[in-house]
Amino acid sequence: MTQAVSTSADVQDVPRPTHGASARRPRSRSWVRVVVLVLGAVVFLFPFYYMLIGSLQSEPDTSLAGAFPTGGFTLENYTAINERVDLLRSLINSGIFTGGVILCTIVFGVLTGYALARLHFRGGGTLFAMMLLVQVVPFQLLIIPLYVMIVRSYGLADSYLGMILPFAINSTAVFIFRQFFLQLPEDLFAAARIDGAGELRILWSIALPLVKPALLTAALVTFIGPWNEFLWPFLITKEADLQPLAVSLANYISNIAGRAANPYGAALAGACVLAAPAVALFVAFQKYFKTSDIGSGVKG
Amino acid sequence: MTTATISPSSGGASSRGPRRGVLTTLLGRQPLGIALAAPYAVFLAAVFAYPLGLAAWISFHDYFFTAPGAPVARPFVGLDNYASALSDPGVRRSFFNVLIFLVINVPLTVLLSLLLATALNGAIRGRAFLRVSYYIPYVTASVALVAVWLFLFSKNGFVNELLGPLAPDPSWLVNSKVAMPLIALFVTWKQLGFSILLYLAALQGVPKELYESASMDGAGKFQSLRNVTIPGVRPATTLVVILATITGANLFTEPYLLTNGGGPNGASTSPVFVMYQRGIEQGNPDVAAAIGVVLVIGVLLISLVSKRLLERD
Repeated sequence: MTQAVSTSADVQDVPRPTHGASARRPRSRSWVRVVVLVLGAVVFLFPFYYMLIGSLQSEPDTSLAGAFPTGGFTLENYTAINERVDLLRSLINSGIFTGGVILCTIVFGVLTGYALARLHFRGGGTLFAMMLLVQVVPFQLLIIPLYVMIVRSYGLADSYLGMILPFAINSTAVFIFRQFFLQLPEDLFAAARIDGAGELRILWSIALPLVKPALLTAALVTFIGPWNEFLWPFLITKEADLQPLAVSLANYISNIAGRAANPYGAALAGACVLAAPAVALFVAFQKYFKTSDIGSGVKG
Repeated sequence: MTTATISPSSGGASSRGPRRGVLTTLLGRQPLGIALAAPYAVFLAAVFAYPLGLAAWISFHDYFFTAPGAPVARPFVGLDNYASALSDPGVRRSFFNVLIFLVINVPLTVLLSLLLATALNGAIRGRAFLRVSYYIPYVTASVALVAVWLFLFSKNGFVNELLGPLAPDPSWLVNSKVAMPLIALFVTWKQLGFSILLYLAALQGVPKELYESASMDGAGKFQSLRNVTIPGVRPATTLVVILATITGANLFTEPYLLTNGGGPNGASTSPVFVMYQRGIEQGNPDVAAAIGVVLVIGVLLISLVSKRLLERD
């Protein structure tokens, strides 16, 4: 949040050098631009600020002045939510769910992406078309058959495996790997093959080190899904011990919040705990999250 | 296995002798690819193709949940499940709500993300920070964001304090007229960052020379926006429309949590929420599967139509 203040101040500084009368038009235009950009940032960030502020106060103050408190911060909301929802256990569950999906996606996504980009094999074109198609068929619309299969037929309710299975390989990540492998020069592969390297060897020691940024980009893109997913783990976990944080927090909000002393405060404290890892990751690795990477391959 | 694949691949389309030729036509030049891609192909078959088929099958039969292995008759009932799904006012309302969602979400998303992406395109101080702050809601869990929106839009919440006498009565989340638009607004806010990224990438693909020649031909700011920028980012617009349709059909967390179960009185329900209610809470998976099949077809149709419409000429 401190960064928010300093950077928006930086942005406002931009037009000042053009204060002279000679540069009237560009000045007015860039003022509009800066106002638009800063207004946008405020609209996007204010709820996050309000989440944090609300989680640190014992009495909700919804007045306009109450949005900018100067003191009286407390951590009691965090203690309150932790009594109702085992935060650590839920975070571990979210971590296992997300980690499992990322691991499967990286391992099988790299293999598939490499095959689709660099190898000619029967069915490659069909698989690529399928990969694009499944991104238009929302998984949520298949919850009934998936529920029948995973819960009723395979008895995987209340298990990490059942949670991970429908998400196991992220198709967007496969697409990203394919795009990155496609950008590598063909000469590289031809040379390696002449030297007698096998395809797996080429993939492991030549292609993979060259697409390291893709691993991070794909991991970030994949992270969003399971970490934030609510519907599927909500459907298949009845045991609180297995529920990811998104599910246990949602249960708290819909069941218990009405009876708590400061219902919003505790819910907001839980929300901060759920949001923090995602925010931290995407701030730290922001340069790996660009649609130019996601869409059409390598840059730099 | 690997040595076998080296010789055909190293020579490009080499086919030495008739036997190798047959094998190559059958498996492709580098059959190892089949082995590498097999896990993903199996995954797609198991998690998409088979469930899609199963959904279609369930939707044509009288299906109910049973203990595993219990032999029960599940007679074919034709279009009965579709009939009872489509005659259910709750289901119709949920489809209508997708329409409300699209009418609010699509224009807002296209307009705002194009505006912010244009403003963000080019050198500006704090650009990285601004970019991140725009997509932060996109990468954060709906459950966490719903918690703060519940607080912001509660009866005595910050937004009503800000609006004063302009605050809607009854308040946002319990007002059947504004509950669904509020969900649309929430989702637009949450997803906007991703569209901004899409438009940013698209804007960088528009050749600078086009703007130069447009201004040389005497085109003003507005004209070059209309004749250069908008056609240049058209693929991104198509993608935004398709993504909006998918999101609209998929809403669950928002009606479940933000408006406390699609309330008030089903005014903000969504198709997936109805599928959950009918299928899993009330034990009619056959009707719920029918809703799912209708939606999959609907989403595919809208995607195709918007692709055609937006990308013609």
